[in-house]
Amino acid sequence: MTTLGDYLLVSGILFSIGFAGVMVRRNLIIILMSLELMLNAANLSLVAFSRFRVGPDGLPNYNAQVFVFFVITVAAAEVAVGLAILVALFRIRQTTSVRDISSLKF
Amino acid sequence: MPPFLFWVFALMTLIFGAAVVLNRNPVASALSLVVSFLGLSALFVSLDAYFVGIIQVLVYAGAVMVLFLFIIMLLNLQAEERHRINWLASAGGLGVALILLIQVVFTIRHFEAARQTFPALSASTIDDVRNIGALLFRNYNLPLQIVGILVLVATIGVVLLSKREPR
Repeated sequence: MTTLGDYLLVSGILFSIGFAGVMVRRNLIIILMSLELMLNAANLSLVAFSRFRVGPDGLPNYNAQVFVFFVITVAAAEVAVGLAILVALFRIRQTTSVRDISSLKF
Repeated sequence: MPPFLFWVFALMTLIFGAAVVLNRNPVASALSLVVSFLGLSALFVSLDAYFVGIIQVLVYAGAVMVLFLFIIMLLNLQAEERHRINWLASAGGLGVALILLIQVVFTIRHFEAARQTFPALSASTIDDVRNIGALLFRNYNLPLQIVGILVLVATIGVVLLSKREPR
């Protein structure tokens, strides 16, 4: 049988993959996709804990799944705004690489 | 769900998630992300979270990925040419991610509840859409309204950001 730890392990590895993508990649679109991976890893552990805490009525704890709903909504809004900023940036600079956007670099 | 299916979908999620980061071509990354999200939604269904699994497919594999692919097409992005890789920065980023992973694995290994299997559901029917909806509109009504305003603000912001400046 699969244990709670298996799901948490998958969630942790997925989060680390997304985190490595944000740290290493230089393409803004890939960085946004890696952010999505991290948000979804968090969702997976939330749903696993929701299923783990079975209430007295014999149902999972749905508070966590409501939280997943909010995370998905906020993530969708964040992607829309991020991609709009990306398009606006591409119009000015013709680039999507963070290498070329270093005016604020210390 | 049989245990081997869990490992199939978990490996699918992780391998295609790694392919998102490793691919040089943004289109290939976006399609890998779709497959990774499909595996993740199968994992949600295996945890009896049918509603979350379905909105995962609808919102992510449907809407968000179409948005990504549309932007990639709009900007006409090619596979990025081979830059000279900054080995120090890459090793630093990978090192931090690796330390995070080690920390997570260490924490899970010392977490007592992580070794237990999931308790059986004793309810006769799992009507999770009804339960989540009731919670959303009763206990979490104010956050729901705030999220609605957030989505409205995001819509207006996107329109403003992508409007061309009048010359």
